Amino acid sequence: MVDKSIVGTEMGGSFMMVERGKIMEFAKAILDDNPVYFAEDPPAPLTFTMASAHWPPPTGGGGGAKLTELGLDLLRVLHAGQEYEYLGEIKAGDTLTSRSRISDVSEKEGKRGGTMTFITSETTFTNQRGEDVLLARTILVQTSKAAS
Amino acid sequence: MDLKNVHFEDLQEGDEITDWPPVENISRTHFVRYAGASGDFNPMHHDDTVATKVGYPSVFGHGMFSAGLLSHFVTDWVGVGNVRKFAVKFKGQLYPGATLTLSATVTKKYKEGDENRIDADLLVVDDKGTTIINGSLTAALPSRG
Repeated sequence: MVDKSIVGTEMGGSFMMVERGKIMEFAKAILDDNPVYFAEDPPAPLTFTMASAHWPPPTGGGGGAKLTELGLDLLRVLHAGQEYEYLGEIKAGDTLTSRSRISDVSEKEGKRGGTMTFITSETTFTNQRGEDVLLARTILVQTSKAAS
Repeated sequence: MDLKNVHFEDLQEGDEITDWPPVENISRTHFVRYAGASGDFNPMHHDDTVATKVGYPSVFGHGMFSAGLLSHFVTDWVGVGNVRKFAVKFKGQLYPGATLTLSATVTKKYKEGDENRIDADLLVVDDKGTTIINGSLTAALPSRG
C-alpha cells in the first residue's frame, strides 16, 4: 500500500551534461537517422533525458532507494507511462540540473482483480542559464501482486 | 528518415498519418543497444533466463525504446523543435521478432498565442495487433501564410 501523503515529497535530482556523442548514440539506439543528430550543434532527441534517470545525483543516493523509502515494492512496479512538456531548447553542450517530486498518487481496480496504484513523479530540468527547459512526468504502477 | 516538413495548412482534424514505414524485425540487439544508450540495464530487457523465470515468454523491449521509435516518427512528421508535448502510455510488451506500425490521428487544430498548434493521438501496434503504446502529441507548426 502506498500512502497518498507521499504527494509533494522531494525526490532529489540529477546533473547531466548533454554530450554530442551521447546524442548520436541515443539517436542510433532509437533508430533515428535524422541528420540533425549527427551534425554540428545537435538538439537532444525528445526522450533523451531518460538517460539521466539512471545517473545518480551528485550528492549520492539513486532514485531506486528513494522509491523504496516511500513504500514502493520495486518487484511490483512497472513503468506505465511518460509525459514531456518542452519549455525550451536542449542542445549539445548544455548542462541540465533536475529536481523531482511526487506529484500524484491514485488507485484503480485492475481488470484481473487487485488494486493498481499509480504514482507520478514530476521532474523539472533547468539549464546552465537557469531556464526551465523540460518538464517530465514518470508514471509508475504498482500492482497488488508481483508480476507473474 | 522521412522528413515531411508539414505545415499547419496541410493538416485537418481527423487526418490519419499511416504512411510511415513499419519498423521490422525487432531484435534483442535493439534492446541491448537501447540499454547501453539509456543506462537502463533492467535484466527483463536482455536476460532471457531472468525474464522467463518470472513468467514472460522472453525478454521484451524497454517501454522507452518503443517511445523512442515513436519520437522519431513524430519529429520526422512535425519537425524537430516543433514538439510542445509528447506523452506515452505503455499498453503491451514488445517481443523480439515483432514488426511495429506507427501512426497518428490529428484530433485538434487551434491557435495558442502566436502558435498554430495541432493535437494528435499516437499509436504503436505490433504485427499481432497488440497495442504497444497509446500516445499523444501537441506540436506548433509553421504556416505557409
